[in-house]
This record gives sequence, structure tokens and C-alpha cells, in this order.
Amino acid sequence: MARQTNRLGSGGRIDRSRPLRFRFNGRDYGGYEGDTLASALLANGVRLVNRSFKLHRPRGIIGCGAEEPNAILQLGSGAGTLPNQRATQVSLYDGLEARSTRGWPSLRFDASSVNDLFGRVFSAGFYYKTFMFPQRWWDYYEAFIRRSAGLGVAPDRPDPDRYEHRNAHCDVLVVGAGPAGLMAALAAARSGARVILADQQREPGGSLVGSDLPIGGRPADEWIAAVVDELREFDDVRVLTHSIVFGYHDHNFVTIAQECGGDMRERLWRVRARQVVLAQGAFERPLAFCNNDRPGVMLASAVSAYIKRYAVCPGRRAVVFTNNDSAYQCALDLAHAGATVGALVDSRGSVSSELTDRVEAVGIPVLHGHIVTDVRGRLSVGGVRVARWNGDTDARADNSIDIRCDLLAVSGGWNPAVHLHSQAGGAIAWDERRHCFVPAESRQANRSAGSGNGRWSLADCLRDGRDAGVAAARSCGFDAAEPELPVVEERDETPLQPLWRVPAARDPDSCPKQFLDFQNDTCVADVRLAVREGYRNVEHVKRYTALGFGTDQGKLGNITGMAVLAETLGAPVASVGTTTFRPPFTPVSFGVCAGEGVGELYDPVRKTAIHEWHVSAGAAFENVGQWHRPWYFPRAGEDLNSAVARECLATRRSIGILDASTLGKIDVQGRDAVAFLERIYPHKVGRMAVGRCAYGLMLGEDGMVMDDGVMTRLGDRRYYLTTTTGGAARVLAWLESWLQTEWPDLEVYLTSLTDQLSTISVAGPNSRRLLEKLGCSIDLSREQFPFMSMRQADLAGLPVQLFRVSFSGELAFEINVDSAHALALWQTLMDAGREFEITPYGTETMHVLRAEKGFVIVGQDTDGSVTPIDLGLERMLAKDKDFLGKRSLARPDCVREGRKQLVGLLSADGRTVLREGAQLIEEPGAAHPVPMIGHVTSSYMSDCLGHPIALALVAGGRSRHGETIHASLGAGSIATVTIVPPVFYDPQNERQHD
Amino acid sequence: MLLIDCPWCGERAETEFSYGGEAGITRPKDPAALSDAEWADYLFMRNNPKGAHRELWNHSQGCRRWFGIERDTLTYRIAGTFRLHGKDEG
Ligand SMILES: [Zn+2]
Repeated sequence: MARQTNRLGSGGRIDRSRPLRFRFNGRDYGGYEGDTLASALLANGVRLVNRSFKLHRPRGIIGCGAEEPNAILQLGSGAGTLPNQRATQVSLYDGLEARSTRGWPSLRFDASSVNDLFGRVFSAGFYYKTFMFPQRWWDYYEAFIRRSAGLGVAPDRPDPDRYEHRNAHCDVLVVGAGPAGLMAALAAARSGARVILADQQREPGGSLVGSDLPIGGRPADEWIAAVVDELREFDDVRVLTHSIVFGYHDHNFVTIAQECGGDMRERLWRVRARQVVLAQGAFERPLAFCNNDRPGVMLASAVSAYIKRYAVCPGRRAVVFTNNDSAYQCALDLAHAGATVGALVDSRGSVSSELTDRVEAVGIPVLHGHIVTDVRGRLSVGGVRVARWNGDTDARADNSIDIRCDLLAVSGGWNPAVHLHSQAGGAIAWDERRHCFVPAESRQANRSAGSGNGRWSLADCLRDGRDAGVAAARSCGFDAAEPELPVVEERDETPLQPLWRVPAARDPDSCPKQFLDFQNDTCVADVRLAVREGYRNVEHVKRYTALGFGTDQGKLGNITGMAVLAETLGAPVASVGTTTFRPPFTPVSFGVCAGEGVGELYDPVRKTAIHEWHVSAGAAFENVGQWHRPWYFPRAGEDLNSAVARECLATRRSIGILDASTLGKIDVQGRDAVAFLERIYPHKVGRMAVGRCAYGLMLGEDGMVMDDGVMTRLGDRRYYLTTTTGGAARVLAWLESWLQTEWPDLEVYLTSLTDQLSTISVAGPNSRRLLEKLGCSIDLSREQFPFMSMRQADLAGLPVQLFRVSFSGELAFEINVDSAHALALWQTLMDAGREFEITPYGTETMHVLRAEKGFVIVGQDTDGSVTPIDLGLERMLAKDKDFLGKRSLARPDCVREGRKQLVGLLSADGRTVLREGAQLIEEPGAAHPVPMIGHVTSSYMSDCLGHPIALALVAGGRSRHGETIHASLGAGSIATVTIVPPVFYDPQNERQHD
Repeated sequence: MLLIDCPWCGERAETEFSYGGEAGITRPKDPAALSDAEWADYLFMRNNPKGAHRELWNHSQGCRRWFGIERDTLTYRIAGTFRLHGKDEG
């Protein structure tokens, strides 16, 4: 195993007593508990971690958190593998395996890196310009782009880890536990508010973790520990670490992904907060000089963090390049860690002597009024070129100074992390004094604090955090006092010098690449080219250059890119506009989004009371909504077709039995039940005698068929309705909505009976004999119990409702029984039916039987654009009353010629089973585009009839019976079909009336 | 996710509710008397304001009552909820 060459002998927040082993690109390395994958890689001197997206340039770690664009790695293998993981945010664990996602055949020699040599070709708009033509190559292009530009591979098996969701409510949610967030949480907690404090790092403290700055007279670490200890004392305060707040949604609904450990990988917190304090800090921004993407160019703050938190010094000989004060601390940290700092290069001509003196005191040469213009080295930084600079961005750099180094720490200033503020709908404004976007007006109950609010000094952050915490608590009605602020060292600040694009030795369009967006390889020259090609709007430029479109959402380079755009346009940054941030703040795993809702818990499963019998009978099941319904009951050696053929023939010949319990069942009663249902149904509801059934169509107010079923009059003021299986809940809600919103004067009560009652359908010429054999308390004869009527009866000793309705065209009885007795009754029917060879059937046979009769299935033979007239059901529409949808049936579009109408289709060859959904055309040889005149809605082999049958919607179809048209069979194959009436079997309806 | 104050149940998450469109659309008393244009206006035409919008919501995973909300379509701020009919008061 390699030695951790860059690990410091002491310091850091790692636990040296707990060494860990991990593997990267096939090599073994060591690290410690407390490391991130990135800090451990740097400790081992690993520079090259990936290849860039488009140009395949070698890339190293730049940052230390969510802003990292390069170190996007694949973790693990097999089912638990994770793509798109930022090494800077992955906690190291023993046995971790990681690999680069790009670089073929190897990271050091990447075949695609010739892209870099042809970088001119791969400029702005590259994807649009290159992969457009010829169109027939598109499939190839897509495969090429996906293979070469991927961010890893998705696992090909179910995730073995567990995830969970938790809901929480609080008064004040504080996002970020840096100095501002800690003060905010403390102020709110002391007022008695319920507080949640969430931070993405493994311990609270933010930028202060590992710092030796004194706060309130003691080291920062001690101050952090004291604040956190006090917070944990409160019953109603929750401190979440390893927790990224990634989404800020409506009405202060905030989502947090917490890394857990153990077999629970992540937890999603769904927090509803009355007030939110956003104290996420700021992202340091890089500077755009030539070859600023070489491995070994890092953010100055990241270098400091690796030294102080992880005891890792990422280089031996460093140069620091800055345009502001903050990087001076990095130079001091490097020197303290034993690195040689060749120079601190500061673009500013003069800086407070206090700051300069401190750096020079440890032997670091300070070059004011200088810039780093270029980086030497390819796989790793070998040195930098430095030029004197007077502030003129159009100048050509003279590159008079060459400094050898293996690390370049860069600071281009800071961008407040305004992401969540923006997600919450808040405005963002350009601050001319601080040269960054800061949160402006909030749209929700949130306020920003600390460096995320553009406050740079520690003292300002502490005060801003406290004030935000107090204000948030007071907004929730708590009497919050202002906690005393700890005393910290105040320093003179020299303002940042706005510097984005660093002048190079050549003009900015031909000099070596100056990267803005490292993940998408967007360079200064690309933005300038986009402007030359006519793009002005920032949103267009972003899309054309892909600036900010990576998984890092441009956290590193977006603002710099916008500033370069502004410079190129000759406009102030504020006028270029800003960008709207959307969730998630950082990529979130599918696992944590799904939570426990996977496998059996993905969706509720509904089973009928007879389900276990179906299982033991070997039924094949299909999902109908949430219901698991028997599809068919195969015997040994049977497939779907042969089983369905047998079930159909047995039903037509003797008896079939169907579990129809999934039908929606609604009880309607009340003083105004008749008046109500008259307005709902197209037929005359009030004219029905008690005990009579009717086919009930439900139309939407647009006149289109919405649902259907059988409705039965149980009494003067009581009806029983059935709905389609899938429509049960929707129909109940729809009926309820009319009662509540439109007709509150009607006294009607609706009750769902779908689960309370089970329905067994017994169909076939012997079904009456079967019920008689079981012992039935009523006369089942045709005269005493005619078709479309209902009786209360005792059957085999059980109270039941018997309905003489038929969805098969055969003599049939639907039996409603209390679900508690359904399985017993089913078993009794099966036993008694043995002498009739009673045959259980499933949904497939049910579909064939009904299609043979031309009975439609709403949602299969209709699609929301079909009227009852289109279906040939105009006889059901009462002329002398209003009902929902009636007026729409007279709309011009509903009465025009040529509407699609329900017909039957027979294949001319008597053998071909058409495809459901197949388009219908007049003539296969017609000129393109061939007009579509309809489509097949249902199609089956009818073994009862000995040939295939199909239902279809055909323009003007009802007047075209006997004509020949054509149906597509796919792959250029065409079938000739004849239009016929939609009823294929027993068109006189003699059997069902028997 | 909106936080909706059901007049019967109190504050609940949006996932318990379903949206019912613009409030105040009344079904014509005599549809047959309307011209095609008038009927189409009732059937299809809805306001889509930027700002205050009175709309119907149903507490479908709760008490199953319909009620009204005045919501700002830009900020999603809810100015208040209201019951639809006098007889529901109390
Ligand atoms: Zn409610």
C-alpha cells in the first residue's frame, strides 16, 4: 500500500487510531476515519482523478465540498454501485472502492484526449454544430456522446441498501452550522423555539472546523463544541450533520438528505419550517487564466481545509494567486504545514501592510500587482508564469517571471451560496461593492446570514447570524433575547479587485484554454465566440456553451462566466442578469427519493377476498390499477392463448366463474337520490322499478363517455351503482364534487362498498341450474327473475344480492356477498359446479367474451374523445330531461360528419389477429402521408367463432359496414379487413335473456 | 409543497388534497337555452391570472370536503380558505 506522502504528522480532525483502507482505480491506499475520499486521495499524492467531459483533459481535485467539478467518481461495484459521487463529499470507509468515470484505456493515457488537440473544433455550440447532420447518423452520435461523456454507470441490479423518509416540523430551520448558523441556532434555541440545524459536513463549525482562530478568547474548536453542547441540551433542538439541504419548496417545505451509515444509507428529512435561516456560506471562485484546470490548481480555501481538517498538505512547493484578502490565510496555512510558498501573487497594487507583513514574516515573497497567466505541466502542475499587471484587462502579459511549483492555490473572491434562497423564489442582486450576487428580497419566510449573505469577516458573520436567529424566533412569536457575541480579532480589509478573465500573453481567443466551467469544458473563448455569433442573452449563452449545465450546476464557474459575458458585451454584470437555481442543490440519489417505497412497499396492493384461492389454483395475475386480478388459469402445458380458448368455450358451453369483486360499488341514498341520479345518468332513472337494473353510462360535462356500469334501484330513495374497476375512486369523488359544489341543496349520501362486498359472476347456460342446486330462496326462472333485475336471496345459506346481468352475453348471475363469506361461497360454487365442469376464468377471457358481444371497455375502446353516439348508444340518451354532458352532445364537433364510430373488424384471411392500437388506412399504396381513418381498440382470437375479431373506431364507420380497409401490422406489413357491426356473437341477445 | 388550511381539519400538506380548478363556475340552469359559444365558455374557458386566484380544492385524503382557496399564482401565497355554501358553516 502506498505511503500517505502528503499526510501531516499531527493536527486535523481525523482519527489516526482508526486507519482505513480503500482502493482507487485498482490501487490500494490508506486513509483515516474522518477523511473524505478526496482528502485521502490527496494524502496519498493522487493528483489525476478524472478526465474532463468533452476535451478529456486530465483533471485533479479543485475544491473540498459541493462545488467540486472534477472528482466525480464511481463508487463500489455490482448492485450497490453509485455513479456521480463527489469525492469531496464522500466519507471514507474501510474497503471503499472508487474509480474514475472517464479515461479510456487508462486515466494517464486517454485516447479521446486528442479532442484537446482539436480543441478549436470542440468550441461553443460544439454539440449543436457537430452532431446535427446527417440526421440518419443521430443514433450513432447519441451512443458516442453517452459513452464518452458519462458520469458513471447506473447499477444493473436492485439497490441492497435501505433508505427512509422522516417528516419533521420546526419553528426555525437553520441551514449551515458555520459561525453564522451556530449563532442563529443558539439565538433561536434560547428563545424556546423548536430548532433544526442542518449541516453537510460530518461535524458542525463550517469554515471554522480545524481553525486556530480565537473566538471569545478560546480556540475556535472549543467555541464550536460549547455552542453545540448547549444546543443539544434543548429538548426541541435537533442538530443534523452529514445532512445536505438540497431543496427549498413551497410554503417553507425543505428537503434534507442525511448520510447515515450502517445498512441505512441515507435518510430524507421532509421539514416544514415556520422560518428558515440560510447560512450555507459561500463558494470560493477560481480565476480564468491559461491552463487553470491542470491537476494541482486548487481553490485556496480548499487547500486550507485539507491542511486543517484532514492534516493533508496537497503540495510541497506552492504558489498562491489571489485578488482578495482571504487567500493570505492559505499562504500562512501552507507555510505552517511545512510547504514552501514560492510566492503570493496578488493582482492588487496595494494591500494593507498588516496582512502583507504577516505573510512576509514567515518568509513568503509577496508580489503585489502581479497575476498568474499560465500553468506549466500537463498531468500535474509543474510551474506558473507570472506577469506584472496594472489592472488593464486588455493588456498582453509579459510573463517575465517563471516560478516552479507543484500546487497553485487560487482565490478569485467569493460567491454567496444563494441557491436555496433562489429556490425559495427569492430575488438575487449584484452587489457592486462586493462584486458578487447576494440574496435580495425573499419570497418565503426565510432570511440569509453570514458569508451566504455577503458578510466576509468572522465578526460580521457571527453578528449577522445572531440577528437572523433572533428575527426568525421573533417572527414565530418567541420573545428572543440577543445572545452576547463572542469577541474575535478584527482586521483591516482591502477590498477585492474584480478580476475574472486574466490577461494572457496572447489574445483571449487564441491563448491556451482559460476554463470557466470545468465540468463542461466551457472556456473564456467559448463565451466570447458565442457573443460573436450573436448570442446576447445569458440563458442562450449558457445553453450554447453548456456553461453551468453540469451536475455541479456551475457552482464554481457560473458567476465568472457571466462576468466574462458582461465584459465581452461591454455591459455591467448586473445587466447581464442572473440565473434561477432549482432543486436539487447537489445531486440526490434515487434511493433517498424513493425511501422505503420500493419493492412490496412501492404501491399498495389490493387483493380480493378470494385471492388466495386464485393463487392456489395457479392463476397468472395481472395488475389492474392497484388490484391483482387473475388473468387466466393455465392448466399444465397451457399458455395464455390455449388457456383462454378453453375458458371461453367452457363458459359458452356450460359455466364459467369470475371473481368480479374489483368492480367499483357505490351505495346512493337520501331524500333526493332520484333527482341527483337523473342529473348524472343519461337514462330515465326515476322510471326504473325497484329491483330493476339498467346499463348506466356516465358522461363528462364535455359529453364524452367517462365510465360505465350497472345501476340498480334498491328502493324509493336508494340505488346501487357499479363502476369500472379503475374508475371506482374517481367516480365516487366526481359524484361527491357535484353534490358539494353545485347541488348542496340535494340530500344524498354516497358510500363506497367496493371492499365490503365481493362479486362473483357465474356465466353460461348451466348457471341457473348451479344456483338451484346450491339451494336458493327465490324462484330463479326467467319469468320470476328476468334479465336486468335484482333480488335479495339466500344462496347456500348465505344472504346475497343476485343480479341478472351479463358481461359475456350468456345467461349469467352476479352474486354480491359480504366479503367475509366470499371465499366460502366461491368454494361452494366450485364444488357444486364440478358436475357442470365449472371453469374459473380471468380478465383475458372476460375481455374476449365481452368483445364477441361488442361490449366496450371504457378506457380501452374509448379514450376520452368518444361520445355515446359514437358508440351507437344514442337510444340510452333521454330526450326529455337534462343530464351532465347532454348539451355538449349538440356541440358542432359532436354532430359533425365523419366522427370516429365503433365498428367490428374481420380479417379478410380469417386468420390474422390485428394489433390493438393499429392504425387503419384506406389504401396501403396511397401517397404519403397516408390519412389515418381510425384505429383498432380491441383484438382477440375468438375460438368460439373460429376466427379473430376486433373492435375499432373508424371515421364514419357505421355507414361503412361491409367495406374493405387496411390495418397496419407493423414493420410495413398490412392486413386487409372488412368493416362489420360490432356484435359478433348472438346479435339477437337470446342467450343472456334466457 | 403547499401547506393548506382545510376549513374542517386544519393545516395539512398538499399531498392530501386535489385541485379542482377555478372557483365560482356555476353550471347553467338551462344548458339547452345556451348558444354553442355560451356553453363552450362555461365548459372550457377559465381565467389564468397572474396573482390572486380563487380556486376549488378537495381534501381527498382527509375529510373529502370541497372548499375554496384564494391563492397567488405567482408567489403561491394563500390568502385564505373559504367554505362554498352557507349550509356547511359551523
Ligand atoms: Zn379536511
